[in-house]
Amino acid sequence: MRIKQISVFVENQPGRLVSILEVLEKKGISIRALSISESAEFGIVRMILDNPDEGLEALRQAGFTTRMDWILSAEIPDVPGGLLNSVAKPLAEAGINLKYFYAYIEQATGDKAMVVLKTDDLEKAERILKSLAG
Amino acid sequence: MIRDPEHEKMPRKELEKLQLERLQAKVREVYEKVPFYHRVFKEREVSPDDIRTLADITKLPFTTKVDFRDNYPYGLMAVPMQQVVRIHSSSGTTGKPTIAPYTQGDIDTWSEIMARMLASAGVTKDDVLQNAYGYGLFTGGLGFHYGAERLGASVIPTSGGNTKRQILLLQDLGATVITCTPSYALILDETAQDMGVDLRDTKLRLGMLGAEPWSDQMRDDIEERLGILALNIYGLTEIIGPGVSVECPHKCGMHIAEDHFMVEIIDPQTGEQLPYGEEGELVITTLTKEAQPVIRFRTRDIISLNPEPCECGRTLVRMSRVTGRSDDMLIVRGVNVFPSQIESVLLDVEGVEPHYLIVVDRQHVFKTDELEIWVEVSEDVFSDEMQKMENLEKRLRSEMDSVLGISARIKLVEPKTIARTEGKAKRVMDRSEL
Repeated sequence: MRIKQISVFVENQPGRLVSILEVLEKKGISIRALSISESAEFGIVRMILDNPDEGLEALRQAGFTTRMDWILSAEIPDVPGGLLNSVAKPLAEAGINLKYFYAYIEQATGDKAMVVLKTDDLEKAERILKSLAG
Repeated sequence: MIRDPEHEKMPRKELEKLQLERLQAKVREVYEKVPFYHRVFKEREVSPDDIRTLADITKLPFTTKVDFRDNYPYGLMAVPMQQVVRIHSSSGTTGKPTIAPYTQGDIDTWSEIMARMLASAGVTKDDVLQNAYGYGLFTGGLGFHYGAERLGASVIPTSGGNTKRQILLLQDLGATVITCTPSYALILDETAQDMGVDLRDTKLRLGMLGAEPWSDQMRDDIEERLGILALNIYGLTEIIGPGVSVECPHKCGMHIAEDHFMVEIIDPQTGEQLPYGEEGELVITTLTKEAQPVIRFRTRDIISLNPEPCECGRTLVRMSRVTGRSDDMLIVRGVNVFPSQIESVLLDVEGVEPHYLIVVDRQHVFKTDELEIWVEVSEDVFSDEMQKMENLEKRLRSEMDSVLGISARIKLVEPKTIARTEGKAKRVMDRSEL
């Protein structure tokens, strides 16, 4: 299903991630998933928060350049071929391109793994994954 | 050598008389032929008849770079396009470059002035001159070329760049004179060393360097490394290009071609004329330019003038090195860069806030000037996708390169990284200040 992701622009310097995490900790916000995409000089920190709206506001107040995007989360069976058959193949067959992808820190329920992903077609990808989940 | 003793050693009284005649004629000409000047003279209620002495020049309005921008491209021309045989250009204060047209008469005058300047440095027909100033829109390349050819020296038009090849040619073609920017002279030396070549073993004996500010220490360094006499030459596109003034081998200031350019020093804040010896902004009026004559152009260069006759025998007034600017222009690798140009690019790229900082790495012995522009990333342009951010960086860089004419690194930074100051923002920093 679709889920809010908060991204933050940071310079590639020691302590930047610490500053972000401190802001969230102060507000008692928990991080479900986190990924950092880096280039030589800057990075984009992407997070799934338990309270994305508050997190966005708190980071903004603290002076960070930040934004909210809708992406998708999906539960996949924690077995070989789980990701392949539940997400990757179905999207590829529908001609949907995967932009980025990362996994949940938190343990998923039962024998499932939780992943988040951004594609180039939110609506279509969401429909496909929903129908597969049954 | 003094190529034109009649003018270069003219007694001051006679020179001033010549200047007055030329000034009166030029003021009348622009009043009649250039709508811009007609209008600003009328606004000040001054007419050509009011110029009866040289001191009356202060009755006339100044011309600035902004006037060039506002009248871009041909609004300051005094002749029909048919008479223009060349058009040069250089950086403007925003996206629009400064345009400099020349009639055949202007080209001839310019060539003669340059020949005179080369001769004063000791260049003769027997010299082989390698011209490493950029050829093209920039006035340096062709300015030196025509002057050297006129003088009869053997010119090798290498232009800038291709340094390894330049060094090969320096060795094989036996250039005795090199003309280039001071920073390029040091790059030549560095590259030569990498190639195992000592430039002191070549036939080079003289360098005529300019287009950017350089210090006496840099001169000593260049002379030592290249085994040459390194002399300073000064000019600007709005006036003519190189050819406004040049150092004679006594190295005590640059003689101004006063028969062609009338100079004043002013207080940059008040516009008042200052006496000889005081430091102030150089203002130039062209006495012989045809296509685009200019009245009291504010160069923004801070200098002082010395009217004492020189040991070389010339009576032409000498100017000091340029010690600073009265505006925020920078010169990087010989190219003029205005913060306002950078601002115009940033505003153009949609949503990018014009909070920027220009960081300059000034030339050290083995490095050229480097320009880096820090741009704060606002929410308007921030994307969660790395590709989009990299595209933003690329786009900024390519637009910046195209407007500035030189390459600059773009560094995307977090908001508020760039200090906010009260009043005028400090837009430029040297790397060493960070």
